[in-house]
Amino acid sequence: MAYVAVKGGRQAIENACDLLSYQLQKGTSKPLGLDQIEEQLYLGIDRIMSEAGLYAPKLAALALKQAAGDSFEASFMLRAYRATKSRLSHSQPLAMDKMRVIRRISAAFKEIPGGQILGPTSDYTLRLLDFDLLEDSESRRQAFREKLLSHLDPEVELPDSFPKVVEILRRDGLLVEKSTMEKESKPFDITRQSLTYPASRSATLQSLSRGETGGMLTLAYSSMRGYGNVHPFIGELRVGYVPLVVAHPETGEPYTVGEVKVTEAEAVAQYHDGTEDGPAKFTLGYGLCFGQNELKAISMAILDRTMRNEEGKSPVEDQEFVLSHIDGIEAMGFCNHWKLPHYVDFQSSLDRLRRTQKVGEPQESEL
Amino acid sequence: MNLQAWRTQHQSESLHGYNFAFLDDSAKKEIRRSLLKAVAIPGYQVPFSSQEMPVARGWGTGGLQITLSLILPEDILKVIDQGCDDSVNAVNIKKFVAKVAEVNSTTDTQAATLIQTRHRIPEEPMSEGQILVLQVPYPEALREVEPSELETRRMHAEGDYARMWLYLYEDIVRYGEISISYRYPVTVNDHYIMDPSPIPRWDVPKLHMSEHLSLFGAGREKRIYAIPPYTRVEPLEFEDHKFRIEQFPVACSRCGSCNSYLDEIISDVDGSRQYFCSDTDYCDKRCA
Repeated sequence: MAYVAVKGGRQAIENACDLLSYQLQKGTSKPLGLDQIEEQLYLGIDRIMSEAGLYAPKLAALALKQAAGDSFEASFMLRAYRATKSRLSHSQPLAMDKMRVIRRISAAFKEIPGGQILGPTSDYTLRLLDFDLLEDSESRRQAFREKLLSHLDPEVELPDSFPKVVEILRRDGLLVEKSTMEKESKPFDITRQSLTYPASRSATLQSLSRGETGGMLTLAYSSMRGYGNVHPFIGELRVGYVPLVVAHPETGEPYTVGEVKVTEAEAVAQYHDGTEDGPAKFTLGYGLCFGQNELKAISMAILDRTMRNEEGKSPVEDQEFVLSHIDGIEAMGFCNHWKLPHYVDFQSSLDRLRRTQKVGEPQESEL
Repeated sequence: MNLQAWRTQHQSESLHGYNFAFLDDSAKKEIRRSLLKAVAIPGYQVPFSSQEMPVARGWGTGGLQITLSLILPEDILKVIDQGCDDSVNAVNIKKFVAKVAEVNSTTDTQAATLIQTRHRIPEEPMSEGQILVLQVPYPEALREVEPSELETRRMHAEGDYARMWLYLYEDIVRYGEISISYRYPVTVNDHYIMDPSPIPRWDVPKLHMSEHLSLFGAGREKRIYAIPPYTRVEPLEFEDHKFRIEQFPVACSRCGSCNSYLDEIISDVDGSRQYFCSDTDYCDKRCA
C-alpha cells in the first residue's frame, strides 16, 4: 500500500550499492591494475592527492579505480581516509630552491639563471587525437623508449639547485620584502581547526592548496577577465621533487623522510603604491600544490594575490568568499545532498504557500 | 612515544582497521570539548575542526561526528531521516555506526539513549538522559539576511538582530504572513538567535523546556551548538503576528492521529492525496 512507498526501502538501498559494484565489474576487459593507473594516469593521481590533502600515490590509484574515474569521489575517499590518521608532526619549511626540477619556466624573463627547463608538458603539443594509440603495445612503447634514450647525452646533468627568479627581483628592490608578511610561530592546521575569518596566512595557503582545481580555475579566470584583475606575470613556475624534512620528536634533529612531487607558481602582480615605508614595489601571489598541476598552482597564486586587495569589490577579492567555496569535497557533498528526501521541509513549504495564497486573495481584489 | 609504539598500540585497539567509533581519540576529545562549550552557552555556535567522514558532506557528517564522539558500547541508537527509520540517510548512518561502534539499534523513541535525526523531532516526548543529535545544513540563522560569516559573528556578539526582525516584518508586508516554513529561527535562553535545523515549525515547540539534551552538528560548516534540558526556546514572532505551526486538513490515513506531522502522498492511481504520519515509529506504535 501507499505507506510502504514512503519508506526508503533498506533492501532497495542495498541493491543500488550492489548494482554500482556490478557496473564496475560487468565488462570483459582485464581488471585495471593499480600500477597501470599510477603510471599511466599519473596526472589524475596528482590531482586527487592534491585535493584530498594526502600524498599517497598508491591509495590515490585505489580511490580512482574504486570511483570508476570520478575524481571528486576519489579525492573524497582519500580525504576521508586521511581524516582517520593522527597528525604526528609538521614538516620544516620546504627548501624550494633545492627542488629536483623536471620543469621550470619563467614567463617574465626570456633568460633566467639556470635556464628555462621545459620538461614534460602538454603545453607545446598539438591536441590531435593520436590514432596510433588505438594499437598501443609493449613492443611499440619499447621501440619509442629506445629511440628516445639513444639520442640523450649522458654527460649533461642538471644542477642540484636553481636560483629563484623572484629572488632576483627582490634583490633589486622591485618586489615586496618577505618580512612584510605576517610570521606565525606554528602553522594553523585546517584539518584540526575550523577556519575563522580573516584567516591567517598559513590557513589561507593550506585551504588553497587542497582546493578543487576547477573551482579555483573558475574564480581565478573571473579575475583574469576583469572582476578584480591583478594582471599577473608568471615569475616562475616549477615542477619537481622536494625533500620533506621533519624534526625528530625527541632530539629535534632534522630528518629527511622522503620527497614529494609539487608544482610551485609565483605570480608577480601589480605593484602597491609607495608609502612612508618605501617606494612602490611589485607584489607576489604564491601557489603550491601536490603533484604536477600547473593550472591549480597558477590559479592559487592569482587568488592568493587577489584576496589581499584591500577594499576590493569582486568575489575573488573577498577572502571569505574564495576560501569557503573552493573545497570540492564539501561542495560536491552538499550539492549531492539535494537528492536526499526533503518531504518534511517541502510539506512545510506547501503549508506556507497555500496559506499565503489564501491570505493574498482578498488583498489582490482590493488592488 | 615513538611512531612504531604508537602504531602497534592503535592497531591492537582498532576495529575493522579503524578506532572504536571510527574517529581517532584526539578528534573525539576535541568534539567533546566543543560540545561542553556548546552546552555551557546555549544557542552559541562553537567552531570545531570537523573531520571528513566516509559519508559525504551535507549528508549528516556533523551529527555523525557528535554521535561517534559520544557513543558507548551500551548505548541504544535510533536514527531517523524525515521522521522515518528506514529512509536512505538513516539506513546509511545506522549501518555505519553499527559497524564501527557495535551498538544495538532500535526504532523505539522511548528505548533509545541516543537519537540522531535529520529534519524531524520524534512525536513522542523524550525524557531526561536521552540525547537528540540533529543534523544541520546551515547553522547560521542570520545567513538569510547576511552572507558573511565575519559579519554574522559580530551580529551575534552584539545581539544585533535588527535585520532579522526587519526581514520578518517585510515578509508580513509582502505576503501577509511570515513565509518561513521550516528552519524557523528561535531565541534560545533569551539570548542567541539560533537555527533549529530544517525541522518543520511543528517541531519547534518541542525544543522549549524539553527534558532531553539537544545537540546540533553542522559538518560542512564546522559548527556545533546545543540546547541543554529545561532551556527556554522561543520562535521569533510579533505580538500581532504569532508564530504558527503547520495545519493539516485531515488525520493520518493509517493510524488516525490528529496530533502528528503528516506527509502528503500523491496516489499512483488517480493522483488523489492521502496523509500519513511522518514519524513512522509513532504511527507503528499506534497501529500495533
